[in-house]
Amino acid sequence: MSLGLRILLPLLVGAVLLGGWQAATLVWDVPGYVVPSPVMTAQALAANAWPLGRALLSTMEVTLLAFVLAVVVGVGTSFLFVQSRLIEAALFPYAVLLQVTPIVAVAPLIIIWVRNPTAAMVVCAALVALFPVISNTTLGLRSVDPDLRQYFALNRATPWQVLVRLRVPSALPYFFGGLRIASGLALIGAVVAEFVAGTGGSGAGLAYEILQSGFQLDLPRMFAALLLIALAGVGLFALMAWLSRLCLGGWHSSEL
Amino acid sequence: MSAIEARGAALTYQDGTEALRPLDLAVEQGEFVSLLGPSGCGKSTLLKLMAGLLAPSAGTVAVDRSRLAFVFQAPTLMPWASVATNVRLPLDLAGTPRRRADARVADALALVGLDGFASRLPRALSGGMQMRVSIARALVMEPGLLLMDEPFGALDEITRYKLDAELLALWRSRGLTVVFVTHSIHEAVFLSTRIVMMAARPGRIVEEVAVDEPYPRTQDFTVTPRFAALARRVQDSLVRASAVVGGPP
Repeated sequence: MSLGLRILLPLLVGAVLLGGWQAATLVWDVPGYVVPSPVMTAQALAANAWPLGRALLSTMEVTLLAFVLAVVVGVGTSFLFVQSRLIEAALFPYAVLLQVTPIVAVAPLIIIWVRNPTAAMVVCAALVALFPVISNTTLGLRSVDPDLRQYFALNRATPWQVLVRLRVPSALPYFFGGLRIASGLALIGAVVAEFVAGTGGSGAGLAYEILQSGFQLDLPRMFAALLLIALAGVGLFALMAWLSRLCLGGWHSSEL
Repeated sequence: MSAIEARGAALTYQDGTEALRPLDLAVEQGEFVSLLGPSGCGKSTLLKLMAGLLAPSAGTVAVDRSRLAFVFQAPTLMPWASVATNVRLPLDLAGTPRRRADARVADALALVGLDGFASRLPRALSGGMQMRVSIARALVMEPGLLLMDEPFGALDEITRYKLDAELLALWRSRGLTVVFVTHSIHEAVFLSTRIVMMAARPGRIVEEVAVDEPYPRTQDFTVTPRFAALARRVQDSLVRASAVVGGPP
């Protein structure tokens, strides 16, 4: 399929959906506090550009910090895991435990323990994003072509040479797969943490905007905040896809 | 001194599977020896014993491994690295200074006819060209002993004949000792100074056939009655060997 079609088709679907939505609200005269029309949402976005933009920045700050933290901790843990099967067997169940415990349930505790609200939210979001980084990177570090490993052994490669020249490059496709999942989860984690923390004031994020709009039945503004969260998620995904293509382009079959 | 000397070398796995019966085999300097046999006859296992990738469970395999190069069945290249980086790998692992390594890489690529492809990625090359890269990676070490595990088995016949001929030329010009695993009678007769025939279950050597046809050999050799007679003899020997122990259990 050509690139033009790939872009054009989703845009067409979006235009049809938005047009239908706008028409429906007009035809049935739906009030804005029940279902705001696309135009009302756009107007709310324009009118509240400043507070919504600041909230977006705040949410993105938490998301990106959490993402970086998850990648650093996750990759470090993976390197530890591949050192020996014993270490992995001992620690992996706890990584799973972290993954399966709902963040909404843990977040209040973290918010009590960590005084700085931004730091607390970053920790919450990082916990959500951590697991795919660990599991994918560990899988990748282990997925080495056995013949190539024999070749390295035959040439008396040191463990360091095997790691840097063989294991790390072999792991990259899996690592980037993990990054894509983790980036989306970091955003989800950040929004959930904001909901639980409920912090207002100058550092408030998009979740707080949504809560406030809900209290005030300001649905156009709520839709505008939702739209921003969705766009942020798409942006993160596109960034990861671009990064992956930059690093794997040409050699890995997932990027051809 | 022999390039390879196996005495009573055997490999039995811990579960009791007999991969190789005790065998004696000597390969002299400058020989081109093919290990020929059906799947499961232990020819790759024997090659890995020679390479030191496996240790015999009994007996000894004496090999000077200081100038040894191994070529796998698959090209076994790093897909993320350019052709030049792949060929340079053994030198990099040995810590050869970059400038000297690059000069040797260029020479090795020229030897296999891949001068213009140094910066390509492996996947941009055909199967035959990837195999050439793999051979260049072996030649760059200036090996004395070249162990090859069915290197051209996955290639089409035309490419295979071409690479067979190129390999023979390299063997002669570089004074190599080659041990070549194959299941193609045609290939074994065309290439070798000596064919070591093996049989399966358990893996063992059944017979050795010397091919006393002078070099250089061309494809013309393969249509002579002499070639046909040799191939026939090898085939009969393999069939006989399979009949002795093989057959229904």
